Amino acid sequence: MAGSTTMNGIVGSSEVRPRHATESLPFRWLWITIALLFVGLILILPLVTVIYEGLKKGVELYLAALIEPDAISALKLTLLVALIAVPLNTLFGVAAAWTITKFQFRGKNILLTLIDLPFAVSPVISGLVYVLLFGARGWFGPFLEANHLQIVYAAPGIILATTFVTFPFVARELIPLMQAQGKQEEEAAASLGARGWHIFWHVTMPNIKWGLLYGIILCNARAIGEFGAVSVVSGHIRGETNTLPLHIEILYNEYQFSAAFAVASLLVALALVTLVAKSLIERRQQRAAARNRMN
Amino acid sequence: MTKLKSKRIKVLPGFGLTLGYSIFYLSIIVLIPLASLFVETANASWDKIWQTISDPRVIASYRVTFLSAFYAAVINVIFGLLLAWVLVRYKFPGKKLIDGIIDLPFALPTAVAGIALTAIYAENGIIGKLFAPLGIKIAYTQIGITIALIFIGLPFVVRTVQPVLQELDREIEEAAVTLGAYRWRTFRSVILPELTPALWTGFALAFARAIGEYGSVVFIAGNMPFKTEIAPLLIMTKLEQFDYAGATTIALVMLLSSFVMLLVINFLQWRSQHQAISE
Repeated sequence: MAGSTTMNGIVGSSEVRPRHATESLPFRWLWITIALLFVGLILILPLVTVIYEGLKKGVELYLAALIEPDAISALKLTLLVALIAVPLNTLFGVAAAWTITKFQFRGKNILLTLIDLPFAVSPVISGLVYVLLFGARGWFGPFLEANHLQIVYAAPGIILATTFVTFPFVARELIPLMQAQGKQEEEAAASLGARGWHIFWHVTMPNIKWGLLYGIILCNARAIGEFGAVSVVSGHIRGETNTLPLHIEILYNEYQFSAAFAVASLLVALALVTLVAKSLIERRQQRAAARNRMN
Repeated sequence: MTKLKSKRIKVLPGFGLTLGYSIFYLSIIVLIPLASLFVETANASWDKIWQTISDPRVIASYRVTFLSAFYAAVINVIFGLLLAWVLVRYKFPGKKLIDGIIDLPFALPTAVAGIALTAIYAENGIIGKLFAPLGIKIAYTQIGITIALIFIGLPFVVRTVQPVLQELDREIEEAAVTLGAYRWRTFRSVILPELTPALWTGFALAFARAIGEYGSVVFIAGNMPFKTEIAPLLIMTKLEQFDYAGATTIALVMLLSSFVMLLVINFLQWRSQHQAISE
């Protein structure tokens, strides 16, 4: 949109404007070529490599790697982890965004900074802190051992570490969106006597649904793909505590490259779906914004 | 008016519930676990902490981590600016596709990026093969680590510079042109100063992310102590040896440097907002 107006602007006033108002044509194409080469080398080549290496030894081996029992159980655990971590962080994201954007209170900026904290922490440290808490020599270690409970090196630890790493995603997406929308509509509904839940569901929700969906999709992509944090708290037990990324690592380290890349191609598909969803949602948001301006 | 406003603020329901829940959940998932890191280090003896920090292998891992992150962030600032410029200012076929794929590093699991980059830059890989006859090794050296960190950090720079460039007032630029300034001079003395805060923010974000990165680096790094061993990997190694105090100490140093980066980022964003308001 912005591109087309500027292009028209250039075309419309080309007679009055000096030629050095923009880069000369050869320079434009030079910059475009360098940019495209860089994107091709750094971003696109790795994508193609995963697919190529996965299929190099034939479709049969490719499919065999996907339906192998260890791969299936890794897939199941990965989905279980995402199914718990993503809703938890979604609930938090909505609550935090409501509190931050609809009310004034002291310490709001501190809360905002703390929400971002997991982004600033290395994934390895995100896993380490749960070992310090729940490991055999951790704070709750003796208690857990006495009650025959296991958190670290088992599924609960993987879920906790993933929840930590994906903590800010939904909140980060919703807060700027709800801030920009203000609270007049909600206040109008409240003054007409609508109840809290009603206000949220019928007034706020229609305005934020696409942003919320985008936050959930990003959160989900990271939850499924998390490697470092999960690597620390997983016991690396085949068929039991391996998520898909950890399964890929094991296959790779055992020199089963084709199988490793075959499983990796599943995660490439997930990444591409995420990117497509992102651009669809952005287009919808832009259209909705344009409609609002027309009204 | 102000009275009415303050009354209105209380109209909306759910403040206590949502604030209470947010703080409760934040404490359980983030704050208490992170506090364990500080307590664990506080419980360790000074001797042990000093022994860990002054260990040449630990120092070498910090140097590899911070230097590679720095090189990668510098390269990302240069190419991130170029990409943002090309995407905002020019029209070319496939532009939307390129714009969409910039976010790939956010969406692609780091382990997948790691094995793909290793396959490309290993001695028998499609690009590694080109450099092997020249005696240049890319995978399993610091160059490989830096490439992985370029991959991880690129969208941070592009996505912070792009919106600023879009909002940039073209009238100033045009004024410079009518005053007779040539393109390079207009760029250097009119456009670049406007972009500088965003470039610093992008640099800081990419750098901070690169310091902690693990998944995409471990495969391509080769993990040779003193040469290509990054600090996050050393934390893993110490944990596997049940050296909790050692792992925690290394982690705490990294965490504190991340906090400093976070403060710097917030300050930069605050300053650029402040400038926008005062204008």
